[in-house]
Amino acid sequence: MENKLKKVDLIFCKTCQDDIEVVKKALKRNPDDIINEIIDSGLKGRGGAGFPTGLKWKFAKAQPSDIKYVVCNADEGEPGTFKDREILDQVPTKVLAGMAICAYCIGAKEGFIYLRAEYNFMLNKLNQIVEEFNSKMKEVGLNFEIQIRSGAGAYVCGEESALFESIEGKRGEPRNKPPFPTVVGLFGKPTVINNVETFVYTAMINHLGAQRFKELGTQDSRGSKVFSVSGDTPKAGIYELELGMTVEDFVKEFGDGDTKAVQVGGASGHCVPRKKFENTIIGFEGIPTGGSMMLFNSSRSMYNVLKDYLEFFTEESCGQCTPCRVGCQQLLKGIEAVKRGERPASYLEELKKLAQTMRIAAKCGLGQSVANPFISIVDNFKEEIIY
Amino acid sequence: MSNYMVNLKINNIPVSVPEGTTILEAAKKLNFRIPTLCYHEDLSVAGNCRVCVVEQVGARLLQAACAIPASEGMEILTNSNKVRQARKHIIELLLSEHRADCTECYKNGNCELQDLAHEYGVNQHLFIDLARKRNYTIDRSSPSIIKDDSRCIRCQRCVRTCDELQGVSALAVAYKGEHQKISTFFEHPMFEVVCTNCGQCINRCPTGALIEKTYIDEVWDAINDPNKHVVVQTAPAVRIGLGEVLGYEPGERVTGKMVTALKLLGFDSVLDTDFTADLTIMEEGTELLTRLKKALVDKEKVALPMMTSCSPGWIKFQEHLFPNLLENLSTCKSPQQMFGALAKTYYAQKRGIDPKNIVSVSIMPCTAKKFEANRPEMRSSGYQDVDYVLTTRELGLMIKQAGIDFMKLPDSPYDNIMGESTGAAVIFGATGGVMEAALRTAYEIVTGREVPFRNLNITPVRGFEGIREATVKIEGCLPEWSFLEGVELKVAVAHGLANAKKLMQAVNDGILSYHFIEVMACPGGCLGGGGQPIPTNLEIRKKRAEAIYAEDEGMPLRKSHENPEIHLIYQDFLGKPLSHKSHELLHTHYIPRKRY
Ligand SMILES: Cc1cc2nc3c(=O)[nH]c(=O)nc-3n(C[C@H](O)[C@H](O)[C@H](O)COP(=O)(O)O)c2cc1C
Ligand code: SF4
Ligand code: SF4
Ligand code: SF4
Ligand code: SF4
Ligand code: FES
Repeated sequence: MENKLKKVDLIFCKTCQDDIEVVKKALKRNPDDIINEIIDSGLKGRGGAGFPTGLKWKFAKAQPSDIKYVVCNADEGEPGTFKDREILDQVPTKVLAGMAICAYCIGAKEGFIYLRAEYNFMLNKLNQIVEEFNSKMKEVGLNFEIQIRSGAGAYVCGEESALFESIEGKRGEPRNKPPFPTVVGLFGKPTVINNVETFVYTAMINHLGAQRFKELGTQDSRGSKVFSVSGDTPKAGIYELELGMTVEDFVKEFGDGDTKAVQVGGASGHCVPRKKFENTIIGFEGIPTGGSMMLFNSSRSMYNVLKDYLEFFTEESCGQCTPCRVGCQQLLKGIEAVKRGERPASYLEELKKLAQTMRIAAKCGLGQSVANPFISIVDNFKEEIIY
Repeated sequence: MSNYMVNLKINNIPVSVPEGTTILEAAKKLNFRIPTLCYHEDLSVAGNCRVCVVEQVGARLLQAACAIPASEGMEILTNSNKVRQARKHIIELLLSEHRADCTECYKNGNCELQDLAHEYGVNQHLFIDLARKRNYTIDRSSPSIIKDDSRCIRCQRCVRTCDELQGVSALAVAYKGEHQKISTFFEHPMFEVVCTNCGQCINRCPTGALIEKTYIDEVWDAINDPNKHVVVQTAPAVRIGLGEVLGYEPGERVTGKMVTALKLLGFDSVLDTDFTADLTIMEEGTELLTRLKKALVDKEKVALPMMTSCSPGWIKFQEHLFPNLLENLSTCKSPQQMFGALAKTYYAQKRGIDPKNIVSVSIMPCTAKKFEANRPEMRSSGYQDVDYVLTTRELGLMIKQAGIDFMKLPDSPYDNIMGESTGAAVIFGATGGVMEAALRTAYEIVTGREVPFRNLNITPVRGFEGIREATVKIEGCLPEWSFLEGVELKVAVAHGLANAKKLMQAVNDGILSYHFIEVMACPGGCLGGGGQPIPTNLEIRKKRAEAIYAEDEGMPLRKSHENPEIHLIYQDFLGKPLSHKSHELLHTHYIPRKRY
């Protein structure tokens, strides 16, 4: 069986770079050069939204402010994702090095790691590593200190502005955008917030150069990415793969021979049915993902899958905005009513319209993305939903 | 706001606005109204209801017009199909979570959600009814406020009001997702938490989720009971607010019509809280001068600055948040409670009525007065001094229920006794008014001359600045007040409890010192009280203030000590200010309460 899928070993490789040396090297460079190289590499955020990382840094650098922050988003709340935990456990200083380079580039003196509450078991060890790293930074002449904040235990706190609110000691409710974090972020100051994995790639690009990164992936999706593979698969786990593969390639490697659908990007991602495996690319030109890949075989009821997701969103919505708070409940109650025959199958069309409204009118990415699983599952598995 | 202008198009019409202007404000400039629910002019922007969404040409997402600033080159559509569909969905969603039995709802006819539902022709039954199956709580524990979660749309206006305007934070958002709700500290009943009963949240709640507890039926019963003599008193700010409920624009003075209406409703005697406002000035002014004398001459330790005590929301605020400053509060009851105590004593005697047959009703711009009337201390007549407190809004509703065509009514004068008042009493309704009234009288007592301000208008204490200060130099004292010669009397005025909090912190920390401080719990003073007509905003409150000052200027007497009925009551009943009888009936004490 031919397999186009390419495994890569950049992220977890422990001997490829000395992270303090990487920072030292960066400190000798001009911040604009570093940023331009990251822009040139085509690196996009690995937290899900896929914003070009170099541009984000550039915007933050351009802000005239004495106080700026670098924040590492380690909230990792998306069901089926556990890659950031693995990165922080295996190669924590790579993340810290990325944050330090960012701080140097934009002119920040303080950094925060917002660590998912469930990962508190790592806290002691991480704190030690961070402390060591902070004193190394002093030695190499970078005025930058990182501290770890334990998460509030809510999925929505992974949303960047809710995360800021949470660090500020407030209720984790997403803010209006604009202004964006690079202008008004943590404590109202210009802030770069990146995913754990994103920071690792920035350090790596600084070390190996943009070219090495650009060799991997496609025009729109440069580089490799860490995937969390789960569901009906004999090979559940963490894999770093080159971007640009099709779902077909992926299923060949990870499926159990009976895969009927793959949920790309976790609960808030899209469901790809078997008939679309071949033509769907995993990446920004196709279906982007924060890393979660869930496989479902024919024993699964897609109604139950969707219901689980909707229950998750109904619980995890912060509840402040109408389309999301009430919309999630209506989608959930709606498919239940259709299943029980209390509403006609045509009600699913009303619900799809509602999901469209949520997609464009909800306040943050959580409510906006509920339409992804909803519409893709209802459209592709309508019979399973109704009968 | 910046001077830099941005150019955009709204519904294809170009408009130029200063940088920082929201899409909502820019649209208003072109006379496009964008519907809102969570937005309120007095509050910070939340952007959570999403009903104000508009389409930005070329953008994937709709934008919340209340929250998003206009930017250069933006093209906005406020009424595209996409926008209408989204808004309709949003209203339908809100209704699906809402116990929308409007006919049973107190806010029927004055509800922003209802208006929008009508405007957008929504299908209330498109989505599944979520409200019916849910166990919503209706909190009736407070004598002032009913909190009905089944009518709440989670706009958080109340939360922002209580925090930003009042600095109290009795209300907060709790839980997430479908369980998200507006809650109190550990979900304790409203009666047991730090809530001051100010009612500012009620004034800004777009629906019927926060309303005053009404006593209309009890009052009708009293009126219709032939054995009861029902007296009614009307607070200063009611006469300049009531018109708004009955078809007038803000700022209309309807004193005479209001009195006529009250008589038509069947009250046996229509009297004026303004009378006891004048009385308050006599008592409180004397109290201030006495405290100053003790401090300056007798070198006794007395609590200064003295602070006004006519705003029961402010009193409860102090009891909760600054219990160490309770001594500083004037011991004077509020005019409402002075009136209540006198109605069942002085008035009863004069009119030869058995006080047990008197039902004392007051019409207040205030919800905290409902709580105040129920305080156990407020029974100095031997009965509950004030039986029922109605808001301006409740009176408006009674007038409607009675089928009275208010606008066509002739004017009537108040009954007596206790119906006579001065302009100094009217201005109690505006922030700074008590201070101004007190200065008009105290200065004259001390010097024998009028306050040195043109036309008696002490403008430095007027206005809408959150905290205002003034200094009045006392010169040419009468011999018995010579110890005050040359003293610069330092006064401060605050309105809205968030401002009061700032002022109290500064006083507590010894950063600022004064002789006399006036605090009104509500923004603008009583004219912006929690019982006043809805909606409210700065523009409306300014119009009400203008009406108050016009009412003052139109009065033949403008100084409390010139009120002939005041002379009469001291002569016939009380003796002199701060007499034993005064203390018994007109003064009170305060109790420390917990912080939450
Ligand atoms: C509901 C919600 C949850 C999110 N959770 C996470 C998360 O756990 N980790 C993360 O990196 N980004 C998360 N994001 C995305 C962040 O808002 C933000 O885009 C990201 O941290 C930016 O980093 P990147 O550019 O490196 O991807 C979440 C977004 C939403 C809307
Ligand atoms: S979309 Fe959902 S999670 Fe986001 S702000 Fe609205 S209610 Fe909160
Ligand atoms: S709050 Fe408004 S919409 Fe709800 S029942 Fe009352 S009047 Fe009707
Ligand atoms: S009545 Fe006043 S203090 Fe009480 S909750 Fe409302 S705004 Fe807060
Ligand atoms: S109680 Fe009223 S003001 Fe408060 S959130 Fe509910 S609807 Fe809004
Ligand atoms: S009015 Fe703009 S979001 Fe509520």
